[in-house]
Amino acid sequence: MFKRLFMKRYFVIAAMLVGAVISSAALAQQADKPAAPDASKPIPSMQPEPTTVPGRPDIPNAEIAQKLRNVAPLPFGAPADKLPVAELKVPKGFKVDVYASGIPNARSLRLGDKGTVFVSNRVLDKVYAVVDKNGKREVKVIASGLDRPNGLAFHQGTLYIAEGTRISKLEKIEDNLDSPPKPVVIYSDFLNHQSHGWKFMALGPDNMLYVNVGSPCNICEPPETNGQLRRISLDGSKAEVYVRGVRNSVGFDWNPVTKELYFTDNGRDWLSEDLPEDELNRVTKMGQHFGFPYCHQGNFTDRELGWGRSCDEFEKPVALLGPHSAALGMRFYTGKMFPSQYQNAIFIARHGSWNRTKKIGGDVVVAKLNKDGTVKSVEPFLTGFLKNNEYSGRPVDVQVMKDGSLLVSDDHAGAIYRISYGNGKVPGN
Amino acid sequence: MSLTGRALLASAVCIALTIFFAALATAAESVEARLASCLECHGAQGQSEMPLVPSLGGQPEFYLGVQLLMFRENIRDVPPMNEMLQGASNADLQAMAAYLKKLPAPAPPAGGADQARIDRAKAVIEQHRCNFCHSSNYAGGENVPRLAGQREDYLAKSLRDYKSNARRGYDASMADVLYPISNAQLLDLAYFLSRQR
Repeated sequence: MFKRLFMKRYFVIAAMLVGAVISSAALAQQADKPAAPDASKPIPSMQPEPTTVPGRPDIPNAEIAQKLRNVAPLPFGAPADKLPVAELKVPKGFKVDVYASGIPNARSLRLGDKGTVFVSNRVLDKVYAVVDKNGKREVKVIASGLDRPNGLAFHQGTLYIAEGTRISKLEKIEDNLDSPPKPVVIYSDFLNHQSHGWKFMALGPDNMLYVNVGSPCNICEPPETNGQLRRISLDGSKAEVYVRGVRNSVGFDWNPVTKELYFTDNGRDWLSEDLPEDELNRVTKMGQHFGFPYCHQGNFTDRELGWGRSCDEFEKPVALLGPHSAALGMRFYTGKMFPSQYQNAIFIARHGSWNRTKKIGGDVVVAKLNKDGTVKSVEPFLTGFLKNNEYSGRPVDVQVMKDGSLLVSDDHAGAIYRISYGNGKVPGN
Repeated sequence: MSLTGRALLASAVCIALTIFFAALATAAESVEARLASCLECHGAQGQSEMPLVPSLGGQPEFYLGVQLLMFRENIRDVPPMNEMLQGASNADLQAMAAYLKKLPAPAPPAGGADQARIDRAKAVIEQHRCNFCHSSNYAGGENVPRLAGQREDYLAKSLRDYKSNARRGYDASMADVLYPISNAQLLDLAYFLSRQR
């Protein structure tokens, strides 16, 4: 086995070298080939960075430009003893513990009927199962080699996985965590695009799979096939557009009372430090349009694509969730452990801004609703990940557990936290 | 380098690789020894002479670690790299990144300063803010790679592959930013950036 692998590797490298020699020969015949560097001169060290940004008088200095750089998740996660659990803050009476760690890029959460917590990846290729055995948690890889498998839904023993360009399923997965079946593709009518190509997915009260099909850009007129929420039957045979005008939603759930769908949507980048804010939207009718790319946050038109348009043409958000805050996963709270004021409130994970010099988010907020489904307030719930303009964790999704506690995933350090209330028994202690 | 010179280099690489694979059979091996064969292609002084093989000099450690991980996990699809890194542990990858970050930055090619192309590239960079994340001197930092002095053919291929979605990024920033940029502009960018130091 080892020898075969050894030979295979050797063959690949040899083939690469032959290719390189051939292309070198072709290059050598070009009259204007770039001259090789002069070997007699020492290789220069890096030039100091200019203090301004060339060509951008609108940016005061290079330091500000660099603060707008994307924030990447730690490629190898963080060890359990480096997690900032002691710095995390929750309202009085609540408590935060580490539920599981060592899950690089832990993204969406979904609960199986038998208590398995499924965890997805976005920049990596795996789906994990976290199993609680007498308070000790075991993390198993149940699928790998997937394409941005961000979205998870669970129905009658089957786990559905939304990848970049397809939806697949793992049947009877909770009975086979140690020898999981290969994912079976049920639907693949998606364009391949990296920009907002990862998908959030959830099972609707109508037993359809709801999935976001994001806009393949920061700001553009998306193709007909994109910028929407779509619903798909469990066997993949039927699909229809549910709503349009969505830039990129990475979280939605249904109001347990009204059965209406609420979803978060991420506002465009590079417009301003403070605009636009991310949205919390409510769908009252199939076919509604939520404004992208013409109208942002329900009250102003885009500076390029909004001319001749009015925000009154579109559905307005029920709440604004902060500029660039990256409001992602959300769930209505239906558990029994938390005080009654949290019943049917929405917990929303804000991943935290990158396109803003002064970072905001990197927390979980709670949106409390009025009887008519409008939003009464949005308050901080879990904070402490953001310190000195740097993240020690970035919440992605939340999951209400059977005992009423709330799990929060963190794709930066690769961890899952558990929030409990009062004497809520904490497994593992 | 002449054609003969390149053929000689390739032979040397083959010999070195043979030694490397023989060495693989021994259990314990220093990171430096393991990387010696890699640097036959990527350039022991941080500067690659091999078409389409990137120079690694001056790259940030975070970026190097991410790319090595993506190769091992087959997320970035380059078969020779995917093959080479199978079985490497996280600690191996981190040690490789820590070693490689010390290589000196590559030098740009002499000459070839076509002012019209440079001006066009600068206009694209200013409009699309390449120099925000990659820094004003294109040295990169953290998860953002150094572009200054990188091989022009490799830059052009990377940009094309990001734009066509053939290359998966660790995040989608490059796909976002390249969405409105034309293929002709990509070639100007590669020309300009490869000539920065």
